[in-house]
Amino acid sequence: MMAVALRTEVRKEVLSRERIRTSPPHPAAAVLGAKADAAKARFESGTGYRRAKAPQWLLDVLAPIAGLAVFVGLWALIAKQGGRIPDPLTVGAAAAKIFADPFYSKGPNDQGIGWNVLSSLRRVGIGFGLAALVGIPLGFIVGRFRFASGMAAPIIAMLKPVSPLAWLPIGLLVFKAANPAAIYVIFVCSLWPMIVNTAVGVRQIPEDYLNVARVLNLSEWKVFTKILFPAVLPYMITGVRLSIGVAWLVIVAAEMLTGGVGIGFWVWDEWNNLKVEHIIIAIFTIGVVGLLLEQALVLLTRRFSYG
Amino acid sequence: MAVDPGKYLSVESVGMTFETKKGDFVALTGIELAIRKGEFVTLIGHSGCGKSTLLNLVAGLLKPTAGTILLARKHIDGPGPDRGVVFQNHSLLPWLTCFENVYLAVERVFSEKKEKLKERTRYVLDLVGLSQAEHKYPNEISGGMKQRVGIARALAIEPKMLLLDEPFGALDALTRATLQDELMRIVDKTGATVLMVTHDVDEAVLLSDRVVMMTNGPAARIGEILEVALPRPRERLALAHDPRFMDLRARVLEFLYEKQAHKAKLKAA
Repeated sequence: MMAVALRTEVRKEVLSRERIRTSPPHPAAAVLGAKADAAKARFESGTGYRRAKAPQWLLDVLAPIAGLAVFVGLWALIAKQGGRIPDPLTVGAAAAKIFADPFYSKGPNDQGIGWNVLSSLRRVGIGFGLAALVGIPLGFIVGRFRFASGMAAPIIAMLKPVSPLAWLPIGLLVFKAANPAAIYVIFVCSLWPMIVNTAVGVRQIPEDYLNVARVLNLSEWKVFTKILFPAVLPYMITGVRLSIGVAWLVIVAAEMLTGGVGIGFWVWDEWNNLKVEHIIIAIFTIGVVGLLLEQALVLLTRRFSYG
Repeated sequence: MAVDPGKYLSVESVGMTFETKKGDFVALTGIELAIRKGEFVTLIGHSGCGKSTLLNLVAGLLKPTAGTILLARKHIDGPGPDRGVVFQNHSLLPWLTCFENVYLAVERVFSEKKEKLKERTRYVLDLVGLSQAEHKYPNEISGGMKQRVGIARALAIEPKMLLLDEPFGALDALTRATLQDELMRIVDKTGATVLMVTHDVDEAVLLSDRVVMMTNGPAARIGEILEVALPRPRERLALAHDPRFMDLRARVLEFLYEKQAHKAKLKAA
């Protein structure tokens, strides 16, 4: 409570200093001001990059296309040197074939790429949903109570840097099946970012909002629904975003080890079949799906950030 | 027992000491203050003199380490809806519209039908001139409008007392003047009892029935209390050339910059 009062005083101190600055400006201030304006203009026209004289929108469209062209060009060059890397055209043709029928199913070990991606997403969804169910309430507790935070801090600090795959044998041991073990690995790797970000969000709630709650004597339920939850939501979504990113990285590796249906397993299967072009297709597919997940969550973040 | 009309709010030998890492910090000591029902009192003093601390004590956000505070004979023990607080930085919840921000307070205090609660909310928003903006979010309106919503929220619960903590401190001079006029009008209309913290001498004299001038901290006390016997309604432009207004203003300035300046300088050195 005392800290609050002191902080208020500091804020006022700053404000009163601001007021002093409204005295007539020093003559040199005009020159400096002009320089600052020029710098600002430069900044607003797209920072200090050197730019060619073409309309900005055209450059904005051209830049990624040029980047991709260079990338594909280099790839083609490397493929031409011999070795086992297929060139872009071969991969393109194979991709056209694969994506013409993504949802075929010829037994458990031969399914279309669509099924493989979907079953990977399903595992991520379940593991991740369970992590949210456990991690978000835990995050609230850790953020709200100092003792809980003290309890959780060393455990989280120690377990966070552990590769999620290290948990896989434990999962196999406990669940005695590949599918729940993979889900469990996703659960473990999503859990830490959820707890940590939710807790940070709870700690970041401005004291002013809590003072409003105190002054109005709001009930615990109202405090939670009208103040705590909305204030923490942006942080929670950040936690979700980080978790999903990690989960999507991890599922590929986990499936390589566990087998079954899934994009990671598919990569490994195609490696055993020595269909390198399919591996490259899988790499792009994994990348695009990850990108879409990330973008969806960025949109969600924007929806729930308050200016 | 009837409430002594001269002691609607009664601050009795209040002291406030904060425990800090560097030892105890005495912010306030021996504060005695009585406020009449319907009176408008401002607290003025240099930064760090503890005027906001005193307001927070009355609000119940802090508990005094010495003395007691009574409002309508009731001991103040924590915050409560019998006091409406307007914070310096408006403190509106950004995820609620202006209407919802006020409604949150209204539904907490009154147990009535939803329609009646909405009516109350609309009434106070209209009182502060914000009917048009009721469905806007705080980040869609200006600083002055936000502060109006803050005032509406405080008024909506029909508090015994209105507490304002430098409510116009963060606003530009023109907006501040408009809101001061609005506040005078609202207080006239509702007959509210007001305690307000300010650092603005003109604001203090213009709005108050009494200006409470505080000495510099640490261990700040009430230095002088100035009666502002100017008739109401007060008119800013007319008062600007009124010798009584200028005299009162001069007396506050004198207190702040002669009697309290020396100490402030010593502290800075």
